[in-house]
Amino acid sequence: MRRFLDAVGDAPRGVRIAGLVALALLAYALPLLNPPIITTPESDFRAVLFTVASYALVALGLNIVLGYAGLLDLGYVGFYAVGAYTVAVFGSLHGNLPFPLLMVLAVCITTASGLLLGAPTLRVRGDYLAIVTLGFGEIIRLVALNSEWLNGARGITGIPRPPSVELFEIPRLTWEGWVAYVDLGDKSVFMKFALLDATPYYWLTLTVIIFVLFADVLLQRSRVGRAWEATREDEEAAELNGVPTFRFKLLAFAMGAFVGGMSGALFASRQGSINPEPFVIQISILFLAAVVIGGQGNRWGAIVGAIVVAYLPERFREASEFRVLIFGLALLVLSNFRPQGLLPPRRRRRVNRETDRKQQMEGGVVHG
Amino acid sequence: MSLATFLDLTLSGLVVGAIYALFALGYTLVYGVLRLINFAHSEVFMWGSFAAVWLMMAMGARSGMSIPAAIGFLLLALIAAMAVSGAIALVVEKVAYSRLRHKNAPPLVALISAIGASFVLAEIMGLRDKIAGWVGLDGVLAPYVARARDTTSFPNPLPNVTLFEVADFPVRSNQLIVLFAALIMMVALDQFVRRSRLGRGVRAVSQDPEAAALMGINRDRVIQLTFLLGGLMAGAAALLYLMHIGVTRFNVGFILGIKAFTAAVLGGIGNIRGALLGGLTLGLAENYGSLIFGTEWKDVVAFCLLIVVLLFRPTGLLGESLGKARA
Amino acid sequence: MAETTVDRAGAHRAESAPLLQMQQVTLRFGGVVALNEVSFEIHRGEILGLIGPNGAGKTTCFNALTGVYQPTSGQVVFDGQPLGRRKRYQINRLGIARTFQNIRLFQNMTARENVLVGADAHHRTGVLNALFRLPRHRREEAEGHRLADELLELMDLGHRGDDLARNLSYGEQRRLEIARALATKPKLLCLDEPAAGFNPVEKQRLMDLIRRVRDMGNTVLLIEHDMRLVMGVTDRIVVLEFGKKIADGRPEQIQNDPAVIAAYLGVEDDES
Repeated sequence: MRRFLDAVGDAPRGVRIAGLVALALLAYALPLLNPPIITTPESDFRAVLFTVASYALVALGLNIVLGYAGLLDLGYVGFYAVGAYTVAVFGSLHGNLPFPLLMVLAVCITTASGLLLGAPTLRVRGDYLAIVTLGFGEIIRLVALNSEWLNGARGITGIPRPPSVELFEIPRLTWEGWVAYVDLGDKSVFMKFALLDATPYYWLTLTVIIFVLFADVLLQRSRVGRAWEATREDEEAAELNGVPTFRFKLLAFAMGAFVGGMSGALFASRQGSINPEPFVIQISILFLAAVVIGGQGNRWGAIVGAIVVAYLPERFREASEFRVLIFGLALLVLSNFRPQGLLPPRRRRRVNRETDRKQQMEGGVVHG
Repeated sequence: MSLATFLDLTLSGLVVGAIYALFALGYTLVYGVLRLINFAHSEVFMWGSFAAVWLMMAMGARSGMSIPAAIGFLLLALIAAMAVSGAIALVVEKVAYSRLRHKNAPPLVALISAIGASFVLAEIMGLRDKIAGWVGLDGVLAPYVARARDTTSFPNPLPNVTLFEVADFPVRSNQLIVLFAALIMMVALDQFVRRSRLGRGVRAVSQDPEAAALMGINRDRVIQLTFLLGGLMAGAAALLYLMHIGVTRFNVGFILGIKAFTAAVLGGIGNIRGALLGGLTLGLAENYGSLIFGTEWKDVVAFCLLIVVLLFRPTGLLGESLGKARA
Repeated sequence: MAETTVDRAGAHRAESAPLLQMQQVTLRFGGVVALNEVSFEIHRGEILGLIGPNGAGKTTCFNALTGVYQPTSGQVVFDGQPLGRRKRYQINRLGIARTFQNIRLFQNMTARENVLVGADAHHRTGVLNALFRLPRHRREEAEGHRLADELLELMDLGHRGDDLARNLSYGEQRRLEIARALATKPKLLCLDEPAAGFNPVEKQRLMDLIRRVRDMGNTVLLIEHDMRLVMGVTDRIVVLEFGKKIADGRPEQIQNDPAVIAAYLGVEDDES
């Protein structure tokens, strides 16, 4: 596994880009291919794909906060909820703004809420940030639950969808065993946003993910990314070397909120109706688990983590009663036997390799 | 608002606060020596509550027993809850922490590990009917394992009598028992950590692990001890909770655990007396807050209080550190 | 910033005012007085040694003048401005950079990235500049990399730029800390026991290096245990004992000062 990852990392730029493009194309094609084994027999594969994609988006946002800046945010679901509720409130309950405008509004409001929460709380010590953000996440949910203006537990329906541009229809494959048939009776319309077929939403989210990935790469390889990393490594040393750590932590918080809010807004639009129920703290922990399982600080790791967290329970629905138990066991096993995550950042992999080599050498001396 | 309502809210706030405080000790002690949030502590509490319920069921406790017998039953339930919680706490330390500690893993990984342990412990309880079925014991154990995801009520054998009235407000026996029992346990623990040799070890490790190691203190033993102490207190808290609330459930620990942790941070995490102050403050604030804003805003009040306190006193009301203030 | 990167030979400005003045600085922690009305000055272009037995308050002094601690009373005036309640990064940007007694590098970043973080102290690239690769970003990145390469070369780390800080040897890590501090373009460079754990050859090289840094126009404040190194490289020495200044003068004066001999030279047993 590690050798494969290193080979990927060391491959020439052209090969890597070609690989990534192929991967992206495959990702876009997944709902049409509906491949056996991967497809989810007991739930709508397209809906599952959308869920996985929205988790991946959230994980990318949280990875900025947690993986880059090292801030433990246990209430990330709060931003997801703010994004979802913004779309619902201004698109249906108290307004009827069109979807594109709602997206912009949702992103602005979540970013603002990130700044508002971060400005006072990022001054408290790191460990306390966990509990403060946890409280924030709960407050958001409870406000949604108890506020009449937000329709309380009844939730909000009739959330607008993105404008549909119906250009053409694409058939999908059905499989009998290992033989694929083109199913002309089950087509996805490009791009018709509707309740039944989640495929266009999945494509939209995937596109957003690709944009976020680009931004993520550009930021990480700049002064901003270096400042985050330095702050995470040693806050005091960073500060004494001229890094305004508070400002950069706040920036990370705002960026994380931005991405989380975007994902929440997409989620609300796809559902068509929302209530406070899906925004419980456990979901925050799921998001957190996605980032940590994947390997904090690695954007690909975050995506893999999101797939593990969102896809596996759907794929193995027959064990649905036991999914939380299995999930807990997985967390326990992973953190104990692979503490750096499934895909640790490349740099840390290099360190590990070097440590291994040292250990081998030392072992060699002892045995020789 | 009548005086009786106010007294009612105050007393029940203190009772709930004392339970939070007792529960919070586990977080505070572990944080003191490890600088880690023991996320699985909530399940330590939950298992203790079931131990008490099961023991009562097994012994056939019911209301209308003689008072001495009832007290004896409750004491046995206390021992059972403390023993099971203590044991679970040690298991958590072994399974979720000790390996990572020896690997020097980053704190976040330990947190995830504890979250995993917490899910597993809660789900085992929530699936106990299925698990008993695998080994063919679901029939025999039916009263204990059936309807595993529903609430289970605690057969409290002690009558809840009105002891006296203050301004038309009846002060009930259960409330006072719970309040005083919690306070006694806390004082006992505080004295233990302050005065005993083991307690000194705990304090030494929490203040300066390296120096403590140089002085020949076995850090692993101290850590196990803190988990055990926290577990024992959580077990006691679980029984008191049952006496006060009357029911438990496989996921009862989650929100309560967050509250208890909030109490610990509020008072100054790592500080035993801070846990008491934080617990009582939180209990009262919740009750008064629900009076002003309505019961549904209780938790919001609790979390807002936490955020406000941390902004103005970033190390909590009494500051951090076990036993002694740090420079 | 008109100055070119490392080469600031013109920085010996004709100002006669001292670069830094500690004015009656007192620091109390609870009942412990770590610094007791300490006053001294650092002149532009000099190498000042700060010595004293263990626990005399040398590192506390560093912490007071880099903003880690606020003085309980008294003040620090740097380049004509009182530091007041400035934040640590602002003090760094005024021109005070430091290294640490126990090395504090960004261990999981490469050597070059460590230096780049220092160079970024004077950069303004934010999210928009970085996202759209605007000219400012490109200019600052190029400038930062050039400065980093120069400083790594200066510190004999030219070949180690792409290695993680944690994989460098002990001596390399110490030098990397100096490079990182220099990258913030300080007027005053504070070195906290830079030679700790060095062998005589490495110490000699370090002395040369400190002189070279000074000759480039920097002022250096040096905490050091090794008497020979301090005597050999500094222009002036301030001696602390129990948080108080007990002597201030040229190395040969200090060597013969009876108070210093009693306080410090007599208890030289913990030296390597």
